[in-house]
Amino acid sequence: MSLKTILAGSVFAMASFAASMAGATTIGFSQVGSEGDWRPAFSKNMQDTAKDYDVDLKFADAQGKQEEQLRAVRAFIAQGVDAIIIAPVVVTGWDDVLQEAKDADIPVFLVDRDVEVKDKSLYVTRISADFNLEGRLAGAWLAAASKGTCKIVELQGTTGSAPAIERKKGFEAIISQFPAMEIVATQSGDFTTEGGKKVMEAFIKSTNNLDGICASFAHNDNMQLGAIQAMKEAGLKPGQDVLMVSVDYVPAIKDALAKGEANASVELRSAVGGFIYPVVLDYLKNPHELDKWIVIPSDLHTAKD
Amino acid sequence: MNMNASTPRVEMRGICKAFPGVLALDNVNLTLMPGEVHALLGENGAGKSTLIKILTGASTKDSGEILLEGKPLSFQTTGEAQALGISTVYQEVNLIPAMSVTKNLTLEKTVGRFGMISWRKAREMAREKLRRLKLDIDIEQAVGSYSVAVQQLVAIARALDDDTRVLVLDEPTASLDAQETAALFDIIRDLKSRGIAVVFITHFLDQVYEISDRISVLRNGNLVGTGLAKDITRNELISMMIGRELGEVEATFAAKSNATKGEPVLVAEGLGRKRTLKPFNLTLRAGEAVGLSGLLGSGRTELTKILFGAIRHDSGTLSVGGKSVGRSSPRYSINSGIAFCPEDRKAEGLVGELSIRENIVMSMQAKRGWLSRVPRRDQERLAEEMIKALAIATPNADKPVGQLSGGNQQKVVLARALASQPSILLLDEPTRGIDVGAHAEIITLIRELCQKGLALLVASSELDEIIASSDRVAVLRDREKIGEIEGADINREKIIQMIAGDDGH
Amino acid sequence: MVTERKNIDETWLNRLKGSRAIWPLLALAVILIVDGFISPNFYDIRIVEGRLFGNLIDILYRATPTAIVALGMAVVIGTKGIDLSVGSTIAIAGAIIAWRIHAGDSHFAILLMALGAGIACGVWNGFLVAGLGIQPIIATLILMVSGRGIGMLINLFYGGTDPSFESALLQGLSTGHIWLIPTRIIVGLAIFAALWLVLRKTALGLFIEAVGGNAAASSLAGVNARIIIFVAYIVCGLLAACAGVILTADTHTSDPVSVALYIELDAILAVVIGGGSLAGGRIYLGMTVIGALVIQALTTSILISGLPPEYNLIIKALVVVFVLLLQSKNVRALFSKKAARPSP
Repeated sequence: MSLKTILAGSVFAMASFAASMAGATTIGFSQVGSEGDWRPAFSKNMQDTAKDYDVDLKFADAQGKQEEQLRAVRAFIAQGVDAIIIAPVVVTGWDDVLQEAKDADIPVFLVDRDVEVKDKSLYVTRISADFNLEGRLAGAWLAAASKGTCKIVELQGTTGSAPAIERKKGFEAIISQFPAMEIVATQSGDFTTEGGKKVMEAFIKSTNNLDGICASFAHNDNMQLGAIQAMKEAGLKPGQDVLMVSVDYVPAIKDALAKGEANASVELRSAVGGFIYPVVLDYLKNPHELDKWIVIPSDLHTAKD
Repeated sequence: MNMNASTPRVEMRGICKAFPGVLALDNVNLTLMPGEVHALLGENGAGKSTLIKILTGASTKDSGEILLEGKPLSFQTTGEAQALGISTVYQEVNLIPAMSVTKNLTLEKTVGRFGMISWRKAREMAREKLRRLKLDIDIEQAVGSYSVAVQQLVAIARALDDDTRVLVLDEPTASLDAQETAALFDIIRDLKSRGIAVVFITHFLDQVYEISDRISVLRNGNLVGTGLAKDITRNELISMMIGRELGEVEATFAAKSNATKGEPVLVAEGLGRKRTLKPFNLTLRAGEAVGLSGLLGSGRTELTKILFGAIRHDSGTLSVGGKSVGRSSPRYSINSGIAFCPEDRKAEGLVGELSIRENIVMSMQAKRGWLSRVPRRDQERLAEEMIKALAIATPNADKPVGQLSGGNQQKVVLARALASQPSILLLDEPTRGIDVGAHAEIITLIRELCQKGLALLVASSELDEIIASSDRVAVLRDREKIGEIEGADINREKIIQMIAGDDGH
Repeated sequence: MVTERKNIDETWLNRLKGSRAIWPLLALAVILIVDGFISPNFYDIRIVEGRLFGNLIDILYRATPTAIVALGMAVVIGTKGIDLSVGSTIAIAGAIIAWRIHAGDSHFAILLMALGAGIACGVWNGFLVAGLGIQPIIATLILMVSGRGIGMLINLFYGGTDPSFESALLQGLSTGHIWLIPTRIIVGLAIFAALWLVLRKTALGLFIEAVGGNAAASSLAGVNARIIIFVAYIVCGLLAACAGVILTADTHTSDPVSVALYIELDAILAVVIGGGSLAGGRIYLGMTVIGALVIQALTTSILISGLPPEYNLIIKALVVVFVLLLQSKNVRALFSKKAARPSP
């Protein structure tokens, strides 16, 4: 099994080596790993769209380990790629390797997560979605849909995780503007369907069948899908009795939106190649100071989309 | 060090120790002189290890006193005993195999300051300890990478200090070959010349005569006798170890059966296992009781277990009830009508957590298979019958068997064997650790069973028990069956002579 | 006469105090009473969509999969073993269900396949433990680590990005009811009854307890310890797969990464709260279910308490430690010594 993987890996490496001879722009991309649904889709999109931009993409999967990622980045530097894109595994420990890249005159772009470095000039910019913005979008939609009056139950993501913290902050930033909007119950559903269902079941009991509750805000679609089931099982009509807004826009929530069981979902794009490559290629043609964070716009989808 | 030879190094006087249901030591005296090797002999359960544990602080005495060079002693822990110069090397080598020799040697007394270990000093100390035994090995190697003999020596080195006055060696030669044993004896002689009193526990009589100056023999918690090795003949020694006279009560119950010999039900031909027991022939017949006599370590238990399939034979053939047995196993044996009562009740006999009823029914249930459960009512009836028939002292059958006294536990093991309705019964030390009354009951029971046509094999360290209850006696020596005697030939002198061998003192 | 009466009372009280059942039941009662204070309508039970509905029903409903897994765990722990791979078995069973539903198989056949997968997991663990003699904690760690990966691999068989599905049969398991009682609870009770029959109305229970209590003695008594241990792991795998079917029916998705995460720990905890010892030798089926109910009652009360989710794990840990302390003989001895001291 492992031999097969190694063989496949080396074939892949040879193929990409051959491709790099073609004279296209060579970019090294160090990805975190392949956990969950979103990240593999993100990797695939980066690889697929590379052709459209005449980019020879050298892809390295760090399998969730920073040392693996540092090794990949150093390999990119040694190969003398034109630019390096990093989706960091962790936020710290980047100063040395980024300095090495800078010394080699290779610009570094961050995608997805952030890093903490003393010298911000070590990387060109971070191109990513904004969890906080996602929360604000959801909050804004809900404020409009409820005309500023709404008691909300919230299904949080895994306690302490960045998306959970930022989506909550963004959401609260908006609804705090409306005195008649408040979160009356909040609990962690661990980003899972099972967790969302459990939490919603408890909310249903503790609020006397969601009496007076006008909306459910879930930090991801999976939890919202669980909540929808729990509500249906309790004889409630999600989407009608209660407004349902969540984040991710996974295929299953599209079905729920179509059926009217969910009302809105903020898209966390996996198809971001089209946002990232133009920034990188533009910079290579014409190096200049960029903002340290370029936000990939988040779109809110409703049943109409 | 006090080298005055006339003052005993250690005097243990009137030591008593009782465990629930058993008197482990009954008024035992033991005197150790400086510079002597003192052999301590006795069968399993005779009280050797209890006595040693009391001497080395691992256990406390109920009464009696211990004098060290004339001064009364009382210590609670092995550490205190060690500080006074009394050290022990136990039978199972108490070293940590994965750790280096240095670490093993200095584990108990780490050297250094402020809780920091100075490895340089530790190595010096380790080398010094090994020098005492003239042992030259790489002290950085893991202990486990050396042979058992070297490990044994490392264990001795660890136990020895400059001020060691008494060294107890518990079965040090059990896993050594002749050459290694000789090397160990050289070291023991050297220690002896330095005035250390060495207590040597073993079951190899040849070694006893080779190395020891004096011998003490324990039996059933009593000191049978102490004497100079040169004054005690081998026959006398064996007689001291296993030759207890049966009490009057027991003797009456143990009257000879007059059952006629039945058909052979179990035939072993050339049966044996390498390093365990030399090939032997043995036939068990219906209605006949065969005794198995020999000293500790002679292979009594092994022979019984090979017949039962608990130890798999690697040579010879075994047939049960006329059918040849291929791969023997306890399950196969039970299914073909053999029942076995092991010597070690706690480890091999009973499941302590389970009730008396559950323990009694187990073999019978195993014979029937898991699908055909013995109905609860039948289980209860069977347990009640057995409790009554064997006079097991318990308020009810649902008491966890672990809470019973030793004798009653033995009866439960026997009850389980009988409940499986065997045609062949193998008993290993059926009366060990049992009071006299229960002893007599069990011997009577064995007799009755025999008269009902059961084929019986009784392995015992009690010579008179064997004589009283057997129609035929098989004698073992040094893991070999050396002969059988029958009828009028069965007497103490004959058996002791066989066990001692022709070259006996 | 009076003293006689007092004696009877005392022995009754002592028997109750000595009974191992009292402490977990007491803990459960305390948790439910506290819940009543937190949420005034906690005990309300209504009929919604033709079935009973309320917090108490929820606790039973939510505890069912944990209890089923814990029952299997109790059997394995009875042999002095442990099975860390139950969560993985659940993930595999769930992935197989989603995969075969997408493939269009009959849903009864799919049910059998999922349970078969559980048996296969049990056979694998049993082979490692009883066949190769690997320590249970290591042997089952292998499947624990790899099982969720196997589940993800199965998801990939049909694309894997959208593992949700529809199934009337499974929907029945999730939201169906028989008379007023949710089907899931009925299924749980049926599994409990079946396991009880298998263990107590055959000799299997006795053999497992004997092997766990003293393997050497059981072997010499004619019990085939290897087969018994093997069977115990198969039972545990099968029960985990049952829980897997129920959990998959609950969410109608195959989510191998996060389904039933840490359920092995909850199951072990339920066994221990129920008075089982990791040293093996005894199986308490009823008490194990009580243990699972204690854990679920606790989870539910944290959810309705309105406490920030950051506190969940700490509160759970504190209560569990408290219950286990009550179970400990030493701590109880400490208390009864205090109680026995004559009051001034």
